[in-house]
Amino acid sequence: MKPAAFEYSRPADIDEACALLAADDGARVIAGGQTLGPLMAMRLARPSRLIDIARIPGLAFVRDEGKEIVVGATTRQHVVENDPLVRAKLPLLAKVMPFVGHTATRARGTVGGSLVNGDPAAEIVLVAVTLGAILVWRDGGESQSIAASDFFLGPMVTALPLTACLAEARFPVWPEPRVGVGFHEINARQSDFAFVSAAAQIALDADGCCTRAAIGIGAATAVPLRLDAVADALKGQRFDEARVRELAKAALAGIEAMADLHASAEYRKRVAVTMAVRAIADAYQDAARRP
Amino acid sequence: MKVELDINRERHTVDVEPRLSLLDCLRDKLLLTGAHAGCEHGVCGACTVLVDGAAVRSCLMFAVQADGVAITTIEGLSPGPGELSPLQDAFCETHGMQCGYCTPAMILAAHALLSKNTSPTREEIVDAISGNICRCTGYAQIVEAIALAAERIRGQNDPVRP
Repeated sequence: MKPAAFEYSRPADIDEACALLAADDGARVIAGGQTLGPLMAMRLARPSRLIDIARIPGLAFVRDEGKEIVVGATTRQHVVENDPLVRAKLPLLAKVMPFVGHTATRARGTVGGSLVNGDPAAEIVLVAVTLGAILVWRDGGESQSIAASDFFLGPMVTALPLTACLAEARFPVWPEPRVGVGFHEINARQSDFAFVSAAAQIALDADGCCTRAAIGIGAATAVPLRLDAVADALKGQRFDEARVRELAKAALAGIEAMADLHASAEYRKRVAVTMAVRAIADAYQDAARRP
Repeated sequence: MKVELDINRERHTVDVEPRLSLLDCLRDKLLLTGAHAGCEHGVCGACTVLVDGAAVRSCLMFAVQADGVAITTIEGLSPGPGELSPLQDAFCETHGMQCGYCTPAMILAAHALLSKNTSPTREEIVDAISGNICRCTGYAQIVEAIALAAERIRGQNDPVRP
């Protein structure tokens, strides 16, 4: 369990990090190292150089830009977990943070690291896809933006160019007064990788009818899935469990679920429906509590 | 590479290979063997130390990344020679250990919790040590020890120093 030898660089800014990446095919960026560390310990990853971006000034922040909350790539997960702005304006992200790894890994792990790692079971990845976040990277001295739904291509595979470094993630803020969120996941033990997870964010009008919904399923498929058909069908509706279950079942009928030793594809498909119903129920209830 | 490490409020300059984990640096270079090597890939939690007051896994951090941050190991927790911290005392009293392999890490994870929250619920205690595996005790007496230490710290009206 000792990693192979590598060189270590600590660039002064993100463009220098990109230049170091471009100069060495075997180089990898490290921020928190909570996934890369184990991969290197098991020698599943053998980078020739680690480019440590954790201390680059101006890359760790949570910023209110009105319609969006912008989270810097190297912002530690425990910072986001306890951030009052995130709690107030990005309730879905605040809701999932306690499920991201353990306290000890959230103290080191970063939001950007989780996103570029692209694990389909990662809660931050699910929130980015569900809410339609925009990811911004630097490459060759230029910034480029991409929708989260186009960024994640497969398990641990993203559209990030090899010479690029993620700079920030822009999460949309819902301005409606009555917004509620729900999140459920199932795993073998607390905070282990989810077999299936579901996230829901719902806005209600004064009568308790849905005006907008975003629903996502994580860990079941190669990349997190948005259930837009379910979200559209909820518009104008009060919560009706039987109907939501039918909608979720129909939306998940054709998915290509992943299978492994712990959970078969059939199991994941079945449980995804239940997780979705629970997340939606929680989101309705949470929104209904708001004036 | 030379790194400046601040460990238990003492500065050490160590010459390390970049691939050396903070855990191996503590154990092999500085002979601080209280952080234990269990799985060495971030699953068991036996190597937990405090970095700027937060519990982290020293096997998932390279020593070169620890340059300039404040590290606390189990060796730095007692208030003075021959004395025990309230948590260490409580672990002895409730028999919060059997083999002791996970104990330093359990105490540091609990220390990080109690330095922020001296009235944790049972759920908060369980969550704080959920990243630490013990294969002997079944956790009951560990949770009891942390609750007892919290009670004593509240009684002292003297919060745990980070």
